[in-house]
Parts: sequence; C-alpha cells; structure tokens
Amino acid sequence: MSLLLEGLTVLDGTGAALFAPLDLCVAPGEVASITGPSGVGKSTLLAAVGGHLAPDFRLRGRVLLEGRDMAGLPPERRGIGVLFQEAVLFPHLSVADNLAFGLTPRIRGRAARRAAVAQALEQAGLGGMGPRDPATLSGGQRARAALMRTLLAEPRAVLLDEPFSGLDPARREGIRAFVLATIREAGIPALLVTHDREDAVAAAGPVVALG
Amino acid sequence: MRSGRLLRIAAGAVLVLGLVLPVLAGLGQSLAAAFGHFPALGARGPDLSAWRALLAEPGLARAAALSLWTGLAATLLSLGVALGAVAALQGGPGLGRAGRMLAPVLAAPHAAMAIGLAFVLAPSGWIARGLAPLLGWDRPPDVATVGDPLGLALILGLAVKELPFLLAMAVAGLGQIPVAAHMAAGRSLGYGRAAIWLRILLPQLWPLIRLPVLVVLAFSVSVVDMAQILGPSTPPTLSVLVARLFSDPDPRAILPASAGGIMQLVLTGVAAALVLGGARLAGLRTRAALRRGRRMAGADRALGLPLALLAGLAGLAALALAAILLWSVTFAWRWPDPFPARLSAGAWQDAGRWGATALGTLGIAAACAAMALAAAVAWLEGADRLGRPQGDRWMTAALYLPLLLPQLSFLIGLAGMTLSLPLPPLAAVIWGHWLFVLPYVFIALAGPWRALDPRLARSAAALGAGPARRLWRVKLPVLAAPLALAAAIGFAVSVAQYLPTLLLGGGRIATLTTEAVALASGADRRVAAVHAVLQAALPWAGFLAALSLPALLHRNRRALRGAA
Repeated sequence: MSLLLEGLTVLDGTGAALFAPLDLCVAPGEVASITGPSGVGKSTLLAAVGGHLAPDFRLRGRVLLEGRDMAGLPPERRGIGVLFQEAVLFPHLSVADNLAFGLTPRIRGRAARRAAVAQALEQAGLGGMGPRDPATLSGGQRARAALMRTLLAEPRAVLLDEPFSGLDPARREGIRAFVLATIREAGIPALLVTHDREDAVAAAGPVVALG
Repeated sequence: MRSGRLLRIAAGAVLVLGLVLPVLAGLGQSLAAAFGHFPALGARGPDLSAWRALLAEPGLARAAALSLWTGLAATLLSLGVALGAVAALQGGPGLGRAGRMLAPVLAAPHAAMAIGLAFVLAPSGWIARGLAPLLGWDRPPDVATVGDPLGLALILGLAVKELPFLLAMAVAGLGQIPVAAHMAAGRSLGYGRAAIWLRILLPQLWPLIRLPVLVVLAFSVSVVDMAQILGPSTPPTLSVLVARLFSDPDPRAILPASAGGIMQLVLTGVAAALVLGGARLAGLRTRAALRRGRRMAGADRALGLPLALLAGLAGLAALALAAILLWSVTFAWRWPDPFPARLSAGAWQDAGRWGATALGTLGIAAACAAMALAAAVAWLEGADRLGRPQGDRWMTAALYLPLLLPQLSFLIGLAGMTLSLPLPPLAAVIWGHWLFVLPYVFIALAGPWRALDPRLARSAAALGAGPARRLWRVKLPVLAAPLALAAAIGFAVSVAQYLPTLLLGGGRIATLTTEAVALASGADRRVAAVHAVLQAALPWAGFLAALSLPALLHRNRRALRGAA
C-alpha cells in the first residue's frame, strides 16, 4: 500500500504557498527523493506529511496513506515514522530503552520485547550497545539506532529529513546503503528530503525538485 | 488538542483565580481600608481618618524618606557593583567563579543574612573585635553601627543580598547579546573595554535586566525583616512602621496600616520612576557622548573599583555566614576575643525550641514548591499542546505582579479579607507563600522548557506516543535538572518569606524566619544564630538535592549532565 500526496502544498501565515502543489505516489519499499535548495520548504513538507506542522502553517491538498486520509490525525496516530538529521535519540534513555520506547506495544512480555530490541540492535550492527548512553555513540551509530527505533514502531511510512548530511563522509555511503536497504526490506514507502544528488541517486526512486 | 485546552484552562484558572485576582483584590481592599471603608470593623467611608491616623504616627515623614533612600541606595549599589563586575570579568573565568562563590549568599534568606551581618557590624561584633587590639579599645565603641539613623547597615545588608541575584540576571542577559563580536568590533575601532561596555553593551543589556532590577527595587523599598534587624528604630523605615501598626492589638489599627501600605506603593512607584527616568537620561547622555567619538582612554582603570567592592561585599557575606555558624555553637564569647573561648552544642540540643518550627517551615516550603511546579508545568505543557510554544505574554507579565508591588500594599488587604473567610491559618500561609514562589518557579522553568528540542517530542509522537506519554516519558525526564532547580528555587523563596507568614497566619503560624526575626532583637545570640543557620541550611539542602538528584538519575547520560 502506498503513500499518496495529492495537490499538496503548505501555506504560511500570510496565506502564500511555499511551493507549487505536489502530486506524488510512493510505492511500498520505494524511496522517493525531494530535492531543492535550502529554505524552499522541504522540511516543512515533511512536517505536513507527518502531522508536525507548526500552527501558523496550513496544509492544502491531501495526504493518503494506504488509502486513508491523514487530515486532522495527530502525529501519534498516523503511523508515519520520522528520521531527523541528528538522530534525536532521547538523551535520558539508554540506547536499548530508546528502541524499547519505539517498539510497538503489540509485542508483549518482557522477554519478547527485550529480544526484539536485541535483534534490532544486532541487525544494525549495534549488538551489545544496548546499555550505552546515546551521547557516547558515533554519528553513524546514532543514525542506525534512530532508524531501528523508528522501524520497531512498525510505521506504515517513513520520512527521512536529511538523515545523512551530518555524517562523516567516509561512513556516509555505508550508512546510507544500510538505511535504504532496511527500508526496502521493511516494504514501506519512504520520503527522503536531501540536497545531495548522490542521496537521490542511491534512493533510486522518483525524484521531485522543489522550488 | 482537547487535552491541551483543558490543561490550559485549568492552569490558567489556577493562575488567575489563585494569584492575579487575589493580588488585585488585596490591593483594592487595602485601598478601600485606607480611605476608611472596612464594613467588618464598622468603618463605612470614604473618609480620610485612616490617613490622619497614619500621619499622626511619630516620625512618619522621616520613615518614608528612609524607605525611599535605603531602597534606592541599596538597589543602585548592588546594580552598579554587579554591572561593573560583569564588565571587568566578562570573557574570563572570573565571572563563573564569582557566581559560584556567591551562590550560598543567593540561597540564604534575608533574615539569616541580616542576623549574621548584625553579628559582624555591631559595636561588639567581629569587625570591632578585630580593631580593638589595634586601637586599644577596652569596651565596644559607642557608635550605632547597626540600626544607624541613616540606614547604612540596612543598605549594606540589602546590597550584599541582592548583588548575587543581579549578577546572575546580568550574566543571563549577556547570553543573549553577541558580546565577543561587539567587543572585537569596538576594540578594532580603538575603544577600550570600559568604553565599549558603557556605550555598546550596557544599552543592550539594560532592557534585559530592567524587570529584575525593578523587582529588587520594589523589594528593597518595602523590606520588613531585614529592616527590623539592621535598620534604624526611631523612626524605623515606613515598612517596619506599617508592619508594627498591623500587629497592634487594636483591630482598627488595620485602617492606618492599609493607608501605610498604599503609601508604600506610591513610594515604590516614585523609586521606579526615578530609576527608569535616570536610566533614560543616562542613555541619552551615552548616545551624545558616543557621537562625539572620544575613545575614553584610561577609563579601563576604573574597572578595578567595582571589583574591589564586589570582593568587599562578598567578604562581608562570608563573615556573616561564618558568624551565625560560630555563634550557634558558642558557649562563652567575651569581648574583645576574636573567637569564642568555649564552644558548646547546647543551643542545638534544645531541639524542642526549633525542631517543630524547622519541620513546619520545611512542610510549608515543600508544599508551595510542589504546587507551583505543578501549575507551571500545566501551563507550559498546555501551551505546547495547543501549538503555542511561546506561551502568552500577558500571563508572564501578570506573574510579575506580586514581585513588582510592595508586599505590604496587597498583603494587608488580603489579611483583612481572610479575616472573614473560613480559611485555616496554615492554608492561608501556604497560599501566601505560593504567591511569591510561583513567579520564581515559572520564570526559572519557562526558559529551559521552551528551549527543549521540539524534535524530541516529535520523534516520540512519530513513534506513536500520545501527549501524556510524551510528557511523562520524554519531556519531564529530559527536563529533570531544570525542574529540580525550579523546585529548589521555589523552596528557598518560601523559606525566606516573612510578611505572608506574619500577616496571613494570624499569629498562629511560626516559621524559622518569623522566629529568627523575633529572636534577633533578643538577648540570646546563640538561639537567634541557631534559627538563622537552620533558615539558611534548608535552602542550601534544597539546592544540593536539586543538583545531585538529576546527576544521580542521569549519571550515565552525558548529554544531560550539567544541563541545569
């Protein structure tokens, strides 16, 4: 089931549209890229899709996920995960507890939940790092932990807000490959905001240029 | 959204009905009583009898002048030293060191500091004992160094106590100004440090610290506990005179006392107008001087003066705190010995004397801090849920009301109103403290709350966490350090309160502060010292707990350590 944007744009406080209305269909397992210069409203577009829009902005058009209109739904009930640039792990929780916070409540029982978190850490190459303080992780490790936290919530779509741009160039490619492959494997549609052409090429999905 | 509106309405109702309206109603009641309208006492004005009775008090004019003079002088002294010290120390490690050094003074209540200063400054105090062998005094000099007719001891006491607060406010304000860039730009144009401070940085800093300065001014003009201990007595300052009128066994004395409270309000207004007008004038002169472009070479040498004053005031504060500690364990301390001949824990062993009072003070302060924290969190969280992270300016402004009005001006009215309300004295006292605790707790918490990375809550929402889970599992834990600090500030503010206990407790509630003030004029310095030490120790313990609790909670979380 896919993520569908129909005539989507965001109006600012004065009623002016930030960008031309956007039509886009992202299939499951596909990563669509949104490019454009900074300040053009790429992140605002993601906020609109995820339901995090600041109150002075208004959304025009429709966001449909699996055929369901997201209008008026609070972010916590949309089932849309977000991956931010600096990972934004909760600083008061250990790495494992960050993942456990995301893990869907459908998995019950202490042992089962712990196993799910451990497996996700293993999958991200973070085996044994569960008890660590997130502040002691490298940028790449944080990005992978944040991705696993997002996926453990079993989202029906993922938004990626320049998740690779803060990373060490040497590690960047490997982490990007891991993130994209993991999302494809999860079989959910994803929107990637980036100003790096290489990101869009690697994502290998439809590319929309804003602005 | 709906939960946000509910939370907001509930918190708003608590703030408006619990704080703003009562303060205004108290002020209205004082005003009515000042003009002879107090039906419960059979006074049905309007008439001027209350004013006539007030003006008939001996030495009233001098008392009013003393209040204005001591309040203005203390505020200007502490402000001048704070700004001068910041100018001299900014950019180096000295500023942080000075702040840390003065933190115990910031936390110590006014009454405790006043008792300690009296031990240091009095003719039989530490300074005179130090001078005695040099000058050959065989008995304490016959000079009024405490309670002097010009109120110099009171000015010194207020300045010592307010200096750390103004210093902290100035440092916080500087954080919002690109100091280093402006300093570099100014220096490249040939100006010295002092010149850049006066002409470039101070005009930017002043609007950021104006409100705290007015709070200090209103407090200094109307302070009662410190003026009772350090100020002159015949006549005392207007605030002390009014507080004595209020305590008069004749219930009708509340009428002239109310008039005195209104007079206190007028005095505070005059003082504020003088300070604001003076600042405006200084600003104009600075602008004119700036246009002349003189580089003021050599002005940098003047920066040594505020540093010397800072060291002097800090030294005085340290002596005062040491004096109450020492006196509390003294058995015999003859003149002119610099130290007691015999120590004894006797005054402490008499726990029946202070135990219950200390416990009661702790309970009142803890209740106030908890209630204020809950109200502040509800208001801020409601703002977040409604998507208005800036909150409402008018509520922040309204919260300053109890701090900007002289306490007497509306507390006398509130006391008159609670006479006819079935409010138990303890509840009335807790509520009276809360009026002053909430603004400080709110101000302390609002900054860190609004600075919290909004993506944390957004990440949690994207993971399916609803508003309640976002609050309890993400925001509050991440904000543990500022929450604990705000609670400790509220706790300290409550411990230091004197007038709300006195006026709203109906004489039936005693805290360490009211006891300490009452004992300060007594014969036994040891008992007064025990109360002063306890009074200072409670806030210190609160701050210690506030600093160590989050550190313990987050001991393995690097990003959250030192976040307070």
